Amino acid sequence: MPKRVGSSHDKEKVHKERRFDMALRTLNVAPGFMRFMPKEYQDLVEKGPFGRQIKVTDLGTFKEVLEEHPMCEGCAMAFFIRLSLAALPNPEHTVMVGTAGCGRLAISQAAIPFVYGNYCDTNGVATGLKRGLQIRFPDQHKDVVVMAGDGGLSDIGFSQVMHSWFRKEKFTTIMLDNEVYGNTGGQESGMTRKGEVVKMAPLGKQFEKIDMLGLAQTSGVAYIARLTPTNPSRVFSTIRKAVLIAREVGPTYVQAYTSCNIEYSIAPEKVLDDARQVEKERYGFVEIMSDEAKAYLERIDAESKA
Amino acid sequence: MEKHEKQRVVTPEYMFFEAPRTRHFITGSEAASEAVRRANLDIAIAYPITPQSETMQRVGDLFGEGFLKDYYRAEDEIGAFSAISGASRTGVRCLTASSGPGLMRGLEVIASWPGHRLPLVFLIMCRVINAPLSIQPDNLELAYMLNTGSVLFHAENQQDFFDYTLAAFIISEKCEVTLPVSVAVDGFFVTHARGWVEMPSAELKLPGRDCYNEAVPMIDNENPPIRIARDAPIQKSNFISYQMHAAWQQEIHAAQERSRRWITRYMGGLLEITNPDAETIIIASGSAVSQSREAIRQAQDMGHKIGLIKIKSLRPFPVQELRQACQHAKRIIVPEFNCTGWLNREVRATLYGHTEAEIADGPRVYGGITMPTEMILEWLLDAEKGGQ
Repeated sequence: MPKRVGSSHDKEKVHKERRFDMALRTLNVAPGFMRFMPKEYQDLVEKGPFGRQIKVTDLGTFKEVLEEHPMCEGCAMAFFIRLSLAALPNPEHTVMVGTAGCGRLAISQAAIPFVYGNYCDTNGVATGLKRGLQIRFPDQHKDVVVMAGDGGLSDIGFSQVMHSWFRKEKFTTIMLDNEVYGNTGGQESGMTRKGEVVKMAPLGKQFEKIDMLGLAQTSGVAYIARLTPTNPSRVFSTIRKAVLIAREVGPTYVQAYTSCNIEYSIAPEKVLDDARQVEKERYGFVEIMSDEAKAYLERIDAESKA
Repeated sequence: MEKHEKQRVVTPEYMFFEAPRTRHFITGSEAASEAVRRANLDIAIAYPITPQSETMQRVGDLFGEGFLKDYYRAEDEIGAFSAISGASRTGVRCLTASSGPGLMRGLEVIASWPGHRLPLVFLIMCRVINAPLSIQPDNLELAYMLNTGSVLFHAENQQDFFDYTLAAFIISEKCEVTLPVSVAVDGFFVTHARGWVEMPSAELKLPGRDCYNEAVPMIDNENPPIRIARDAPIQKSNFISYQMHAAWQQEIHAAQERSRRWITRYMGGLLEITNPDAETIIIASGSAVSQSREAIRQAQDMGHKIGLIKIKSLRPFPVQELRQACQHAKRIIVPEFNCTGWLNREVRATLYGHTEAEIADGPRVYGGITMPTEMILEWLLDAEKGGQ
């Protein structure tokens, strides 16, 4: 086993876990062959986030699952995706699900299994994945995380999102809300704000931004959060909570403002300023948790301290 | 102990050919669900539509009895077909079903299953495609299924529906196939009518899905090599992307071709021939075969010898077998339960340049009407006279 760098964890413990964890073992190639693997892969095995808990302050000290991507300069969505993937509690046991849109250009390049199916199908596919994994691995948490855009989740995929919530499917849905169809060139989505003049809304959007948080609450989603990527620690804790609660309690939903700096003409160096302004003026940080979810978090917190 | 745990696992060969069978007078829906009982199925996802519902609600009862590990009623066909695709990616044995308008609604998903290389069984209980609204049997929907990349069988009767469904699970999961297998029957004529079905004991079941012995890795993070997507989706308009997509499509169709061997082994071939030396031949699939049998019996009483070729597998299509079987044919008719005559087109395309026979453009009924044997007889006798 190559020496690990940048880990604050007990190396012996990590090695022991790795020996017994099939998902981690499969990262390793046959002895003697590692030096022939691309440097990127070697780094993932030796300095990756697998099998240990990453903190936000570890960023920059380990090989992240997502580094290269084709997103636009200054893209807030790419930044949020990077933070979210680093925050996953068990990336070695996580499956990501996405659909058409900018987000998947980055997510599909991460070192985490990614399912890209058809239009509208994220939450149906995630349902089948979660149930299938539950049948095959009843004793191992396998986290399923949907990460898709506002169009993918609030328009074309709306029915499947809602029904996965009604059925109380145990996986996380993360909306990358850039308030527009970015990947197809800037058309109105259900999450575009009323009055915005974008493509396919020549007179300005005629109705309000869809209240997905309200719908999530009505549907009994166990953990609901709305945030912007201005505060990496907050992104970390939000994603962690959402993924952990989905394991035991029920569906979770995170909605992140990830501006489209191309379609909304925000200079790359001003993207975080915009996020801070939007957070202050209208997006805020909202967190709604069921009592059961709260109790579950307290329990696993107490267990981890014990 | 769950019911499925009490069943004894037997080889497909034993289940299909050796196990003693008893005769039951049951509907097609019952036959399909009895196949599911013996299929070692993990998960089924259902959405109601007539005439499919009865089968899938019976499968729900099997879940209630403990024969399946998971089952639910989805929000619609797109939801059901999407979710079953997720389940198939994890390596569990999967089933879903639909009819006419439901199939059309989910067609985007259905056509993506083969590209994702997803073994699963899809039951199709054929029904008119709206509009105008009708729930009657008419198998036009199979025309759309022909080019999805799925393996596609067309069952004639209740016995076929039982046998093909069981075989479908095994063929779908073969390493060199790794494709969905669709089993179609004509709605009502088969699903809601009774027929004799010989079945092995319900105490037997097929071996479970062996997901690490398939063409693609599972999405389970356990499967060496771990499935890490490091490449962007192939979506750029350049030479490499054309080549990649072309190669992938070719492989889907090659995989479909490779299923022939297993269809031959487990279903006795892609077609079945009666009266092979007759000069006038009926080529049919589904319940049109049953109607044709009766017409042939009547023709025989009148002194005419008519051949019958029953097409069991529509995809892959029995191209060589059909050319061989029609070498000496002088007249061919193709009775069908749909307006466009998709089987007729398949037959013409296959036999073009390989037969001297005249191929009649019918007979066809549609909208759900049954095909009177007199109608087939009329076309046969006209064909014999050189008409039509």
